[in-house]
Amino acid sequence: MLKDITIGQYYPGKSILHRLDPRMKMIMTFVFIVALFAASNKIGLAVGAFIVIIAYACAKIPLKFLMKSLKPIIPLVLITSVLNLFFLTEGNALFRFWIITVTTEGISFAVVMSVRIICLIAGTSLLTYTTTPIALTDAIEQLLAPLKKIKLPVHELAMMMTIAMRFIPTLIDETDKIMNAQKARGADLETGGPVKRVKALVPILIPLFVSAFRRADELAIAMECRCYQGGEGRTRMNHLKMKLIDLWAGLFILACLAGVVCINIFL
Amino acid sequence: MQESAILKTEDLKFRYNRGEEPADAPWKFVLDGISIEIERGSFVAVLGHNGSGKSTLAKHFNAILLPESGKVYVEDIDTADESRLFDIRRAVGMVFQNPDNQLVATVIEEDVAFAPENMGIESKEIRQRVDDALKSVGMYEYREQSPAQLSGGQKQRVAIAGIIAMRPDCIVMDEPTSMLDPRGRREVLGTIETLRGRYGITVVLITHYMNEAAMADRLLVMNEGKIILDGKPLEVFQNIDLIKSIGLDVPQSVELIHKLNREGLNLRTDILSADDCADAIAEYFLKNRPASGCKGAAYMRVLK
Repeated sequence: MLKDITIGQYYPGKSILHRLDPRMKMIMTFVFIVALFAASNKIGLAVGAFIVIIAYACAKIPLKFLMKSLKPIIPLVLITSVLNLFFLTEGNALFRFWIITVTTEGISFAVVMSVRIICLIAGTSLLTYTTTPIALTDAIEQLLAPLKKIKLPVHELAMMMTIAMRFIPTLIDETDKIMNAQKARGADLETGGPVKRVKALVPILIPLFVSAFRRADELAIAMECRCYQGGEGRTRMNHLKMKLIDLWAGLFILACLAGVVCINIFL
Repeated sequence: MQESAILKTEDLKFRYNRGEEPADAPWKFVLDGISIEIERGSFVAVLGHNGSGKSTLAKHFNAILLPESGKVYVEDIDTADESRLFDIRRAVGMVFQNPDNQLVATVIEEDVAFAPENMGIESKEIRQRVDDALKSVGMYEYREQSPAQLSGGQKQRVAIAGIIAMRPDCIVMDEPTSMLDPRGRREVLGTIETLRGRYGITVVLITHYMNEAAMADRLLVMNEGKIILDGKPLEVFQNIDLIKSIGLDVPQSVELIHKLNREGLNLRTDILSADDCADAIAEYFLKNRPASGCKGAAYMRVLK
């Protein structure tokens, strides 16, 4: 049951987007978010939506996969558009009913908002779809490297993320085992009200925590035995390298941002 | 001798929880005056039951634990010398019991690269070492997979590769097979043999399996913090009664020969493997065919 949980929804592939430098992808995602919020009219947003569609086509990610990430935000999209629809009462009234006034302005604003939210989620999910967790961690470590100057433990953060990802499957397995062990001792995990069920989790969580601490201790010793002494003086086997294609991708996204700004000013 | 000893302890004593002496019970030494020298390139097994201090001894070999009194030297470096800690760790690699708790990264080759990365080695050289280490444990084809997809034996081989990539002079294994199934155990033991052939690396194998101990050139038997037997496995196993008295077993073949000899069969005693044992018995019966009637009865008695 717990095996179904997947963390970091990486979709394996060999497309241009998969091959781009993860640092550039993170920067591009950031620029893309800025562009989405900078776009104040429909044409600007259309550009944003267009980028998303092109990107998904490039990465060859199936529609089903995209829908999975959009599903949780459908209620949010609906609520925002309904609120916008009913409470934006300026402009040409299309029809009035009781206290509700629907205006053309309202409709267009609701559409703009929905498109913006959908593009935002679809665009940012693309980053995790096309980048392995380990590449993401490396990228974060390197992009945040300047923050070491203000004593932010960047390397330690990245190491923590790597270890966390490494131990997710191990701990999930362990949880499964503990659950079975407790069931074998007569623990009832599936019936009863919410309070009873939460209480039933206690005998699972306690052994899980105890074993996680023991693992942490052993791992720390094993890491020390392998000469680990923090980020100082550490080299890497695989270096991230910016290639020409990364440069072009960066220029492309900057051009899009510039385009959106121009559309804002001139249209 | 000074030159060839890679690990050396001098009257090593150690107790856990220093400074918290229990009031009621006498505070026992976990390691009680151990003096050994382990020669470069040798394969030494340390045998003992739970609580005999064998794992504690292993942890002294690369300064995870420091002696309470006495000295431990790794390549003539005193392990108490904190400024040389890095050199000690690099010289002596450690493999632990649980393979899951030794792997750091989510990709196998990244994990093997962990130690050389920590040592600040150039990336080209790391790549070469990682490939080499993975090939020598037979896990090269799995290099891009995640450790979560591997079996216990495979994980332990990756953990060994992670140590090999450090190019240590000595590798200390603390019950590396105790959490594995028979197949995983065979894989790991096979790997140890390969490594000895390939790198001539010194191996210290901590174990409580007789058959693993029999593979070594030299066998140390520990009990209550002391080394009670030290010698070639064959010689050590002749002390059957002593070994049994501390709750350990000897390999079945050794025990069988011993029992047969006690019944007066006079077989050769330089035997460890089951095949050799069978050969020796067959040899005996071929030689003594006319008299086999009564001796055969003795043989049957033992078997029963």
